Amino acid sequence: MIELVRTENLHKRFGELEVLKGIDLSVSEGETVVLLGSSGSGKSTLLRCINFMETPSSGRVFIRGEAVGTERAGKLTYNQADLCQLRTKVGMVFQHFNLFPHMTVLQNVMEGQLTVLKRSRKEAGEKSLAQLDRVGLADKAGEYPSRLSGGQKQRVAIARALAMDPRVMLFDEVTSALDPELVGEVLKTMRQLALEGMTMICVTHELGFAYHVANRVLFLNDGAIHEEGNPQQVLRNPQTQRMREFLEGHSLFKLPD
Amino acid sequence: MDYNWDFATIIQNWRVFWTGLQGTLLMFSVTVALGMSGGFIVGVMRYLKSPLIAWPARAFVEFFRNVPVLVQIVWFYYAFPILTGIETSPFLAAVLGISLNTMAFSAEIYRAGIQSIDAGQWEAGKAIGMSFQQTLRRIIMPVALKRVLPALTNRGIEVFKMSTLASVVAYVETLNQAKLIADLNYNPIESYTAVALIFFVVLFPVVQATYALERVLKRGDR
Repeated sequence: MIELVRTENLHKRFGELEVLKGIDLSVSEGETVVLLGSSGSGKSTLLRCINFMETPSSGRVFIRGEAVGTERAGKLTYNQADLCQLRTKVGMVFQHFNLFPHMTVLQNVMEGQLTVLKRSRKEAGEKSLAQLDRVGLADKAGEYPSRLSGGQKQRVAIARALAMDPRVMLFDEVTSALDPELVGEVLKTMRQLALEGMTMICVTHELGFAYHVANRVLFLNDGAIHEEGNPQQVLRNPQTQRMREFLEGHSLFKLPD
Repeated sequence: MDYNWDFATIIQNWRVFWTGLQGTLLMFSVTVALGMSGGFIVGVMRYLKSPLIAWPARAFVEFFRNVPVLVQIVWFYYAFPILTGIETSPFLAAVLGISLNTMAFSAEIYRAGIQSIDAGQWEAGKAIGMSFQQTLRRIIMPVALKRVLPALTNRGIEVFKMSTLASVVAYVETLNQAKLIADLNYNPIESYTAVALIFFVVLFPVVQATYALERVLKRGDR
């Protein structure tokens, strides 16, 4: 198994507040890892440190075995151009889609390929259509984002990230802003990606998705990995009191079996 | 009041006014171009988080926003040459005064436009590997500029009218020429009325056109 993402003793502080308190994470190629945890547990911050949307306060990130940043006199420095390069390899999808409103769906998906990867218009256009087809939205290529439903917007955002040919995809609560009836289509797209072998790290509250799709579940609590394992074990038989409380809170009003 | 309007002298002297209008248009073109492009740079600097860049920009904006343009023009014409030994023509003094003021005001417009864009747009650009400049140019500015177009239009109208201030250092523009005609023919009422009419006739259609442009752009908002 090739290790695609590794973090070593990752810390992140916002002023006085320490959000991540030494995270060691390793994700292999083809794995789908789900990060669970209550709000404020640091799961989104951990995700955002992997593609350097946030700069870790200390600790190191390795992408495909390569350490990110250079150490000079005991201090880690990050070159902006290197980080841009890294982000093309580590795709990210956000809770609020963040599509570019002044561009059509096709232009949204082409943008990074043109400006960052310097692909030709023809190549970028073809690749974009292929990715839109993959998320089932090739027929919406000419529409503007405001004409799409939330679920469609999110699938375009997924296609936009995929078009960069990333090695890893990060999903940051991508269904949290959606109407319940639109959640399914996005989760289905994600499951399909996982089945195709995409390496994925997902922050989500969809326990069903974690149960059925993830290879591994990490439960974060107070900035540290509190419990981890395969979803069938962790979600069925949580070992810690904190994790049990978390799961009970989630399934309080479940339909009876 | 029964005043006998006599525009015959004005019409006879149309060439003098025409020369003035050309001066007005030249002053406007130069100051609006310098002011609004320079203001863009200052506005972006104001937006940046690094205090080393943001602070000088802020100082610039506060200074030139709070000093009257008329005072600046006079200062550049009379005081600047004595302090530096560099002669300033009436044209140069007026260009400096009006441009610096326009830079300060338009910088704030651009900054407000950039700030009005959702932070998620920056994040989305960043997440696909775009640099700060690429995101600003391709993602942020197209939307921000559309939003601030009405404010920029207003500023443009102000800049056009501010060109009359250059008459204080005898730069050849419309008001200056009108004063010439008025002094020669003892007809200040007709002369200055002509100036007002000229400005209105030039500006009104331009403003209508920008309204139409705004409507077209708004229709593009989907």
